[in-house]
Amino acid sequence: MSDAIIAVDKVTKSYGGVVANHAVSLKVPRGQITGLIGPNGSGKTTLFNSIVGYHPIDSGSIRFQDREISQLKVQEIARLGLLRTFQTTRIYGKMDCMRNMLISIPHRKERYSDMFSRAGPEIGDRAAHLLAFVGLYEKRNLLAGSLSFGQQKLLEFAMALMNEPTVLLLDEPTAGINPTLINGLLDRLKRANSELGVTMFIIEHNMRVIMNIASTIYCMAHGEMLAEGKPGEIQRDQRVIDAYLGEN
Amino acid sequence: MSFLASKQNLPFVLILVAGIAAPFLFPDHINEIAVLWLMIVFASTWDILGGQMGYNSLGNIVFFGAGMYICAIVQIGLFYDVGMYTSGARTTHIVFTSDQYFTGFAIGTFVAGIGAAALAIVAGWIVFGLRGPYFAIGTLGLAVAAGEMLSSWELVGAASGISMPVFPGGPNVQRLFFYFLLFVLALATLVFVRWLYSTNFGLALNAIRDDEEKAEAMGIHTRRYKRTAWALSAVFLGFAGAIFGNMNGYIEPRNIAFPIATFNLFMVVMVLLGGKGTLWGPVIGAVIFHTIKEVTWTYFLGWQFIALGVLIVVTIVYFQQGVAGWLMEKFPETFKQRTIIGRGREPGLRGRLAPQPEGAE
Repeated sequence: MSDAIIAVDKVTKSYGGVVANHAVSLKVPRGQITGLIGPNGSGKTTLFNSIVGYHPIDSGSIRFQDREISQLKVQEIARLGLLRTFQTTRIYGKMDCMRNMLISIPHRKERYSDMFSRAGPEIGDRAAHLLAFVGLYEKRNLLAGSLSFGQQKLLEFAMALMNEPTVLLLDEPTAGINPTLINGLLDRLKRANSELGVTMFIIEHNMRVIMNIASTIYCMAHGEMLAEGKPGEIQRDQRVIDAYLGEN
Repeated sequence: MSFLASKQNLPFVLILVAGIAAPFLFPDHINEIAVLWLMIVFASTWDILGGQMGYNSLGNIVFFGAGMYICAIVQIGLFYDVGMYTSGARTTHIVFTSDQYFTGFAIGTFVAGIGAAALAIVAGWIVFGLRGPYFAIGTLGLAVAAGEMLSSWELVGAASGISMPVFPGGPNVQRLFFYFLLFVLALATLVFVRWLYSTNFGLALNAIRDDEEKAEAMGIHTRRYKRTAWALSAVFLGFAGAIFGNMNGYIEPRNIAFPIATFNLFMVVMVLLGGKGTLWGPVIGAVIFHTIKEVTWTYFLGWQFIALGVLIVVTIVYFQQGVAGWLMEKFPETFKQRTIIGRGREPGLRGRLAPQPEGAE
């Protein structure tokens, strides 16, 4: 098994005449945090959607743990352990937080009879611990829809961890969260990576955040991969600076 | 005694007592009360999809009608040639012995439940690609198509229907027999859905209702849950159709087996009136709706559909959360739902508490 847990090779995706991704290639190394940056409209979310099977790609290949996944459906990819969170936070609004957690268990080996089983005490306690991990344990009996936007983001993150993913794709995890909460979230992302061994691939606009946690950063612009490197290299890269300042 | 004393089981005990006492308290209204139990089956099974899963089906009547016809075909076919039995030219009088009647009815009802479920799985294959209003219209199409198809199927009497085998017993025994069958079916339905909503299945249904795309992204087998949910409703509707067909003594496609403007619409209205997505809302809705319907039928004959129309409009425009929804809003503490796992224990923080990171509230 190669070192890259996700390998995207020359993926092209267009909507009608608009080419959103053109021959994009990247590698997400196992066990690390990889960042994806780029100006608005540069094709980051399109790339995410292609990886998780949300839409078919026009050409290219996407491999997850050395397995081609570009033909698989969203659910099948999720069950392989490649999970995403949404840019516009998505939780089950009319269920309480605990129930949100309990339905987020992995569905990898679910058999028909499991549909009618009940969550055992271990699962309930794990849900409680993960809620405590993101600081929402006190809110466990509240409807998820009644939480603030930032808290919903935290809940979505806890739900993703409940699913025991191998790789987590996070689409702007800190967008809309108040600055004091960002540090807490940053710390939790790092700990989920180091303690639970979850590989992460993160789209992020907040440069301070992404430079702080990612070990490798990719930068996209105009649907193409512009640069790749360590945070320090990316920050000094003239092409990246130009892309953000509107040159080119 | 702990079973009886438990707060959760209290409604079941009340229903059990009411169901057994009702035919003796109101001997003149046994049939009307029997139909009330049927309405409760309708509302509770409709709510599995409509309330808990957020898929408004306008085609659930298909499984009721299918159950009715499947049971009739099995009942007759076990002992006679169905085409001969239903033929309009038949002059011989056919009598079913007591043994034939009950054997046929039992087997027919069983097959009706299975057949309706199979039909739901096949139909689900097609219509669960649709969402929102498209699903509602798609399922309504199924109901219309089913009625029309049976109206032209000669083997089962086409539009003129089938006279069902005659119940071997007096009218009083017959009334009580079908009353208790429908009562037991309603009780079984309620016990079943309460159990269903306490399992992972209930969680998955609610997840699909709240955000199906998220549920897919989390790897939930959404299609499997949707089809199974519909098949489970279909089983009970198939049983109900089989029983009601025999209770009525005569079946035909448009007004009895697939009555789109009455039973099919009532299912939706009762659930909205009582409060969708709750265990007891559909029951409350069925009781209120059926009572109003019977009263208007008795005292305002000629105006009954206008009265029902007004009730439907008022419910949908001004009272969407229904009685149960309103009660839960008004008295949140009394009706608060706690998530219980394992052996009645609330999930909690046991053992080593995950150390809190910096910045946690």
